[in-house]
Amino acid sequence: MSEHIKLPEGSIEKTTTTLNLGPTHPATHGVMQNILELDGERIVSADQTIGYIHRAFEKLAERRPLAQITTLTDRLNYCSSPLNNMGWHMTCEKLLGITTPKRVDYLRVIVMELARIADHLICNSIMGVDAGAYTGFLYVMQYRELIYEIYEEICGARLTTNMGRIGGFERNFNDIAFQKLEKFLDEYPKALKEFENMFQRNRIFMDRTIGVGGISAERALNYGFTGPNLRAAGVDYDVRVHAPYSSYQDFEFTIPVGSTGDSYDRWLVREQEMWQSLSIIRQAYQKVQAFTGTDAEVYHADVPEYYLPAKQDVYTKMEALIYHFKIIMGETDIPAGEVYHSVEGGNGELGFYLISDGGRAPYRLHFRRPCFIYYQAFEELVKGAMLSDAIITMSSLNLIAGEMDA
Amino acid sequence: MSLTNEIIQQRLIDKFGDQVSGFSDSYGMLQFEAPKEMNLKVLNFLYDDPQLGFIFLTDLTGVHYPDQTGRELAVVYHLHNLTENIRLRFKVFTGVLQPDVYTATGLFSSANWMERETYDFFGINFVGHPNLKRILNVDEMDYFPMRKEFPLEDQTRIDKDDEMFGRG
Repeated sequence: MSEHIKLPEGSIEKTTTTLNLGPTHPATHGVMQNILELDGERIVSADQTIGYIHRAFEKLAERRPLAQITTLTDRLNYCSSPLNNMGWHMTCEKLLGITTPKRVDYLRVIVMELARIADHLICNSIMGVDAGAYTGFLYVMQYRELIYEIYEEICGARLTTNMGRIGGFERNFNDIAFQKLEKFLDEYPKALKEFENMFQRNRIFMDRTIGVGGISAERALNYGFTGPNLRAAGVDYDVRVHAPYSSYQDFEFTIPVGSTGDSYDRWLVREQEMWQSLSIIRQAYQKVQAFTGTDAEVYHADVPEYYLPAKQDVYTKMEALIYHFKIIMGETDIPAGEVYHSVEGGNGELGFYLISDGGRAPYRLHFRRPCFIYYQAFEELVKGAMLSDAIITMSSLNLIAGEMDA
Repeated sequence: MSLTNEIIQQRLIDKFGDQVSGFSDSYGMLQFEAPKEMNLKVLNFLYDDPQLGFIFLTDLTGVHYPDQTGRELAVVYHLHNLTENIRLRFKVFTGVLQPDVYTATGLFSSANWMERETYDFFGINFVGHPNLKRILNVDEMDYFPMRKEFPLEDQTRIDKDDEMFGRG
């Protein structure tokens, strides 16, 4: 019998245990694998395997006209698709030299901050789930649902939104969207406060997260951390402030920073950012309401070459028909140039590096995906920690498999 | 004194002379290139120089230009000075027959996976990389899919039995 059992070389002498965490483990929240070497319950080393849902977006983008790439960006960080969409539109606008009207900028800010809240909400509540507190997660889902309903009013979709167009939005926000936004602004702060009360000074939660998965500011910078994870380590880098886009310079908000860079600080930074996002949405909504008359009807820039004309014009006007055809068939040549544009995504700096050679599709498009870059620090974060710490560290990093694998 | 593109360019020219070239302004971002043997020297200088201080590697990626004989592959670094809040783009070119470029992992831990990704898709061999293997594609793959000689599938092809996927 025993000749059938072939043990790998050296496996008898091995004193550590190899454990496969993932790729389809419920605690990985996405398709990724961690091969952990354990000494008892302590982690000796971690080897990550990613790429399970690689879909070759960068290659696909080389055949698509700009407008069709928006749907690819949806599927990067699918917890905050509108942020990716807006980032992509702004990249195109930078390349094409389009300036958007202020009202469009403010509407975009509303959508982007809603997306940020939805993203942080998931991440923070999932951290609760991984620490054994399911209630908070279910409780705040109601408000993510409300955010999704607002998306639905704006663009018709919920998760992969394909929201907006180059130059603005496909249609003006309707009254129901604004009513739902008001409802959200009215009800959400109370729920967020309750959510906060449940975790922030909760003994169990604090014991599980303080000092777990910490990283110093120097190491975080060296590892290319961005977003809440970098700010939790004490570096006040936020793209919204460092390179304001979409008129973020018109808003008053603060950048919360942590000090130790551990899971608890990451949680706190996200929590505070949600309050800041709420404040930004309120300011933006006020600014949007201040537009009157024809200004209140503006929802896109005047860029007929890239912005689809209204359907009735397509049927009645020659130019509109031509532009419609050229946009749908992707027959508009884009100017040659190289442009890098980044936005503050849900989990860090989401960058788009677009090279155009003057053709109809990008010559090369590269996505700077924040969680792809900072996930490589995972081994350093969990080395020497307990197995259960690895799981909570992973959820505190806000890893989204779709973004990591592009 | 705040750092501007002109100052960076002058500092680089003072240090490296005519080895750094192709300075241009791309939508407000300084862009330049250097010979591939120089990449670590330039990156180290940008990192260590007290006036420059580009300590943050924002992005590292590759580009394939099949028509440029001898310099088909480009490695593009995006660097960021966070205190002065200024970015730059630095490129090195290499031939496709011997695509060896020194690794930046000694300087930036973040370069590890980004270089693996660049290797995975373009086949650029980062000399000295601690763990240069494929990252997003399967290990068995024997080509580098982002190179231009691999076109996307013809969308109008009819020779494929694709009944199950609505194309038959």
